[in-house]
Amino acid sequence: MELPLHVLIISSLIKILIVVHVLLIGVMAMILAERKVSGWIQDRHGPNRVGPWGILQPIADGIKFFLKEDLIPDHVDKPIYVLAPAILLVPALIICAVVPFGSSITVAGYEIPLQIADINIGILYVLAITSLGVYGVVLGAWASNNKYSLLGGLRSSAQMISYELTLGLAIIGVLMLSGSLSLREIAIAQGANIWNWNFLIHLPAFLAFTTAAFAETNRLPFDLAEAEQELVAGYHTEYSSMKFAMYFMAEYMNMIVGSAVAVTLFLGGWHLFGLENLGGPFWSGVISIAIFSAKTALFLFVFIWVRWTLPRFRYDQLMNLGWKFLLPVALTSIVVTAIVWIGTQSKLLVGVCNVVAASVVVAIVASTLAMRREPEQIERQEPSFMKGSSSGRT
Amino acid sequence: MEFAGIKSLIFYAFALLTVASAVLVVTVRNIVHAAFSLMITLFGVAGLYVFLQADFLAATQVIVYVGGILVLILFGVMMTSGRLQMRIQIERGQLILGGLVALLILLLLFGVISNTPHWEGIKDDGSTLEPTTRTIGEMIMQGEFLLPFEVVSILLLVALIGAALISRKEVRDEE
Amino acid sequence: MLIDYLPILLLLVFAIGFAAINLALSHLLGPKKPTPSKLSVYESGVQPVGNARQRFTIRFDLIAMLFIIFDIEVVFLYPWAIVFKKFSESSGYFILIEMLVFIGILFLGYIYAWKKGGLTWD
Repeated sequence: MELPLHVLIISSLIKILIVVHVLLIGVMAMILAERKVSGWIQDRHGPNRVGPWGILQPIADGIKFFLKEDLIPDHVDKPIYVLAPAILLVPALIICAVVPFGSSITVAGYEIPLQIADINIGILYVLAITSLGVYGVVLGAWASNNKYSLLGGLRSSAQMISYELTLGLAIIGVLMLSGSLSLREIAIAQGANIWNWNFLIHLPAFLAFTTAAFAETNRLPFDLAEAEQELVAGYHTEYSSMKFAMYFMAEYMNMIVGSAVAVTLFLGGWHLFGLENLGGPFWSGVISIAIFSAKTALFLFVFIWVRWTLPRFRYDQLMNLGWKFLLPVALTSIVVTAIVWIGTQSKLLVGVCNVVAASVVVAIVASTLAMRREPEQIERQEPSFMKGSSSGRT
Repeated sequence: MEFAGIKSLIFYAFALLTVASAVLVVTVRNIVHAAFSLMITLFGVAGLYVFLQADFLAATQVIVYVGGILVLILFGVMMTSGRLQMRIQIERGQLILGGLVALLILLLLFGVISNTPHWEGIKDDGSTLEPTTRTIGEMIMQGEFLLPFEVVSILLLVALIGAALISRKEVRDEE
Repeated sequence: MLIDYLPILLLLVFAIGFAAINLALSHLLGPKKPTPSKLSVYESGVQPVGNARQRFTIRFDLIAMLFIIFDIEVVFLYPWAIVFKKFSESSGYFILIEMLVFIGILFLGYIYAWKKGGLTWD
């Protein structure tokens, strides 16, 4: 296990180079996939001019971004305007450090774990770095000195911090039964068989986590921060060329890394019915990477799928969902997991009781809201998000 | 290559980053720039916690201070400084008072440091150390810090009620 | 243990370098033909009205406040969650009751905030 220092540094550097490149290629693939799948869902072709099936489209886009005018408008706060995209991009890049993308691989006699850094507080590191993402948005919005940007940035940051809570609470059930914060150990604790994976044991938490991940990445149905029709791209209205591309890249990287974290926490990581143990010490590592990538890709497909399935939320609905539905569901999941585990020590019962309890909570909250809301909503004509975010008295 | 040498180099880099950005926080005129420097300072402090092997504390520092409290400060700053592009003005009286407070804190810190038994630093002999999160959990559960733990929840309850009251006031004002 | 963090530091340096190179390259490669209208505030093609940095609703501040309180609660739950499985075998109900008290007290506050309209966005 213990590697000599020079092996550690060299292997880390190689892993960093590979992971960052895979991430960048992943972003490109994701942009292409997004447009292709969108086309497929809407019964049209999508990009098909640059290279076969439009495969080279993202590369052409990337080059174009570099060659566009690097515009810094007059009215912006220069240092922060320039730094803000970097503040979003750097956290998006460094989160992937703790994600185990495979078991381990043996090269030249050294067993190298397929993860950049296996630290004790793995999942807390993910949460901590995620919370840095708010700054790229809010500082960029402030520096732009544009009404759309500021409004979008504020909406986005309030949304991000609200859903961060759900993110933090939803994983506690998983931590309780894994007894570790290290992502590698959480993945190992789930084992090879699908009925031991956390998404079955903690189904409500998994759904809450996924919803929060959508909100954290500002994806539809929670993309109010950049709602094209009302906010003209929101916090990056004033950004162009590479600085805009950096916002874009960071968003897609967050999506990819978020999916990878979800796969690790809830979908068994690199495990799949023992398939990951086939082959020797080298090939089993390669297979585990393939399994992990496939699962992540599947999760990413859901991101695109949802985009064309659900309409955008209104801001008050978004906040309601986060604070009044997901938060109690996540809390209940912790309590139920604790009680049932102490009582029966059975994962099956924990899973069943979690689903039942979450349904009860959702029913209670929904009926409370329905009872209180109805008369009020009929009498109010004005959509409430306008009142909330742009509040007339300025 | 020896890790110890690199380690102290990285430590001084982090210390410099923390101190330099902290100086910026108090000297920069633009209040949002100051908030930005504060973010770097808090991040640097988290890095120093990692050097003390307090990994849980480091993560908590970033999650609570950088991810929460500083966002609140930033919202407040953005809300008030607004169109005035507020410049911070320091008067002579404030300067003297502030200097006195700073001096007192400095003396206090020196007192604490000199009263601390000579400290050799934490021995870092590879990966044998217990994860601090588990140790903290055990200390809470085994009764040693059980009472403070429950008291914290009451403290948070009080804060929550306070926050809810403020928001209630705002709603009433709007009507 | 400290050495586990070395790769993260390497990645951090790498990421900062990557961001800097991106910014620098586009600055060097892109053409520069600024015009007054290009440099002005974008407001859907209309002449900008007033300054963007105005006061906004206090709701955002309140959300941030509530967030901090719950965030601290969540942070306190992690050490407990880590030792839960180990202690559930030996001292069973004690660890359960301890947490139920902690969560229960905060749940009261949550209900109170809800009733007072602190969680309602309008």
